[in-house]
Amino acid sequence: MLMHAETAAHAARAAAPDPAPILALAKVTKEFPGVKALSDVDLRLYPGQVTALIGENGAGKSTVVKTLTGIYQPDGGEILVDGAPRRFATAQDAAAAGITAIHQETVLFDELSVAENIFLGHAPRGRFGLIDWAEMERCAEEILVGIGAQIDPKVRLRDLGIANRHLVAIARALSIDARVVIMDEPTAALSHKEIEELYELVESLKAKGKAILFISHKFDEIFRIADRFTVFRDGQLVGDGRMADVTEADLVKMMVGRDVSQIFPNRERRIGEEVLQVVGYDHPTEFADIGFTLRRGEILGFYGLVGAGRSEFMQALFGITKTSKGITKIDGRLSAIRSPADAIENGIVYVPEDRGRQGAITDLPIFQNVTLPSLKRTSKNGFLRLAEEFRLTREYTTRLDLRAASLDTNVGSLSGGNQQKVVIAKWLATQPKVIILDEPTKGIDIGSKAAVHEFMAELAAQGLAVIMVSSEIPEILGMSDRVIVMREGRIAAELAGEDLTPETLVRHAAGI
Amino acid sequence: MSTTDRFIPDRLQSPLERRLKSWESLLLLVAIAIFIANSFASPYFLNAWNLSDATFNFTEKAMIAFAMALLIISGEIDLSVASIIALASTAMGAAVQLGAGTPVLILVGLGTGLLCGAFNGFLVTRMGLPSIVVTIGTMSLFRGISYIVLGDQAFRGYPADFAFFGQGYVFWVISFEFVLFALLAVIYGVLLHKTNFGRAVYAIGNNPTGALFSGIRVARVKFILFLLTGLMAGVAAICLTSRLGSTRPSIAFGWELEVVTMVVLGGVNILGGSGSIPGVVIAAFVMGLVTFGLGLLNVPGIVMSIVIGALLIGVIALPRLWKMWRG
Repeated sequence: MLMHAETAAHAARAAAPDPAPILALAKVTKEFPGVKALSDVDLRLYPGQVTALIGENGAGKSTVVKTLTGIYQPDGGEILVDGAPRRFATAQDAAAAGITAIHQETVLFDELSVAENIFLGHAPRGRFGLIDWAEMERCAEEILVGIGAQIDPKVRLRDLGIANRHLVAIARALSIDARVVIMDEPTAALSHKEIEELYELVESLKAKGKAILFISHKFDEIFRIADRFTVFRDGQLVGDGRMADVTEADLVKMMVGRDVSQIFPNRERRIGEEVLQVVGYDHPTEFADIGFTLRRGEILGFYGLVGAGRSEFMQALFGITKTSKGITKIDGRLSAIRSPADAIENGIVYVPEDRGRQGAITDLPIFQNVTLPSLKRTSKNGFLRLAEEFRLTREYTTRLDLRAASLDTNVGSLSGGNQQKVVIAKWLATQPKVIILDEPTKGIDIGSKAAVHEFMAELAAQGLAVIMVSSEIPEILGMSDRVIVMREGRIAAELAGEDLTPETLVRHAAGI
Repeated sequence: MSTTDRFIPDRLQSPLERRLKSWESLLLLVAIAIFIANSFASPYFLNAWNLSDATFNFTEKAMIAFAMALLIISGEIDLSVASIIALASTAMGAAVQLGAGTPVLILVGLGTGLLCGAFNGFLVTRMGLPSIVVTIGTMSLFRGISYIVLGDQAFRGYPADFAFFGQGYVFWVISFEFVLFALLAVIYGVLLHKTNFGRAVYAIGNNPTGALFSGIRVARVKFILFLLTGLMAGVAAICLTSRLGSTRPSIAFGWELEVVTMVVLGGVNILGGSGSIPGVVIAAFVMGLVTFGLGLLNVPGIVMSIVIGALLIGVIALPRLWKMWRG
């Protein structure tokens, strides 16, 4: 009898219908100018379960988080709380519905105490509506003890390390008495031991019946902690289900599976002699032992997860970041690069990811941006020659099919794609040997994207050596002759030919 | 037509048109209005020698203002300039006690200015300290040295031929100082508006990171600007010491703010990135004319500073008020 009852219970549990989701997205669509960030996506978060949200960079994960927390309003579809449609006009509305997010970079306040950070905006009040400090510190202590954090609620946040700040952010989330906790790459900045502690915390949240949305790039983590998964690709839902029913390979396939060859230019590959040799680049914290060679006419892709040290290394190669070790040879000659000015003189130029701050000087006109690194050539004895500047600007902006009212227009008034064209024109005008493009198509519309790809192919065909840093797998696969995958500041793999597949890229980048 | 559709013109607005619609044009109208008001207010105003005297109200400050304009456009500031004058003047006075002649005094004056500028520049560009803090510090430091050396004493006894720099006339009513002012205006105007160096100054002021990423040697340019500002304070120290014929530690007290006022009144953005030398030149005349006109009317000094302050806020606020009212 007893035996029978147990078996029956087990069978019942296995077949039990899922509990009703606390929070769900139904056919949600979100559009930005030129981009459909989410189209008709569904997502369900169940009480006492961890749902992993998986996808490449740009798949729409951050947009989902912002939609769930009231920062974005969906253009179509519904947000359902306990099955009833709700609108979150502001972040406060979402918090009131019991939804809280711990972001990659949660906004906390350095100069305030830990307790103040936890209770900012909903501090316990005493007489006359004044903050009840003693009560606030007591509650903060209680929450911190509850998550196993040994932090004095009275210390100022600035005195805490990254891991403890994270715990404060989690404590803040709990103080709102959230029913849904969103964790956006919570382990990115944590050490191994701290990650273990985080797992325990997640377990205790599950036990309390909270629904958890867990966003991570790391598969080992997802398999360890998640009960369910949802995979996004290009803003669309491509699969969801129970973790028990899938393998790693299934997930990778869902993430990247698509035909990548059609949208990229077919180019004739004419790879010439070696132009750049990098040996043993080291940095105290960001990267170590980076070395590779690059040939004329070659496009070398750099793939990796955000934070793998790709941009930091490129900026070191360009003379911005100081390295502790490493040599650069250009055309076989040893070159000391200590500043961007040195790099430009040696024929290395860098198109940064952060266009508005690093790439262009947005309050200056187009022609002054384009000629800034080439002034030595357009001027005479140090005196400006405007006619020469306009001529040079016209030459290169025409090649890139720039659209602007005049060459005297400020760069800041152009669209993202046209700003990028100005930055690229600026570097081509210096007649470089090596051009480094850091996320060259990030945040620009599809049309400009294709133009940038087309142009990259053309540059390589003309014998320029191109380094392309990209987090988009299709772009990496579609454009590169060879790919270096970086992980945690080191070269994890160098891939070319048949080895170059979405699966190998993801495996090496995530270290699985 | 399809090919002309794509054609992008160099400019939509001619340089002349842009100049007519500029801040400088507005400021020039203000200067003319003050000139006319002055000539009605006092019968002594329209007199060649009186007008010549009036230029001494601004020539020395304006020399510093030219270099300061470049420094502020680049996003930095130097509040120690008046104290550099005090230190340079004290150094020259000390050299006189040791029997130095005029050529040596010039070298001492310019050299002190350069050294002070290099010190400020080093602290800002090498140590990465904010210039406003550094130069508030050196403002006390430089003048403090002057007070230690002089106490309540004064250096006198400058050579007779030294008087030319502050009291000499080149031609009729045209003073040496005015000629130097005009010459420096042209030099700084060309440097800022016609050279690669000037273009780098604007680029740095608009976006120092972007300028660095474009291959501009940002620290080097800023260091040179601090040197130039120190050098100009040295030049002003020579002129002022020569004009007064003596050195006290309180010499040029409070000038740093008048110099900054002149630069800002001239249309230079205090946050950096924009401004012009012609604007500063006109602002120098405006400030000189106002002070001189009020002086002729026997208005006390404290009222003058109230008027200058009101003028600064008024001229800066007017365009914004105009926009708010229309928008």
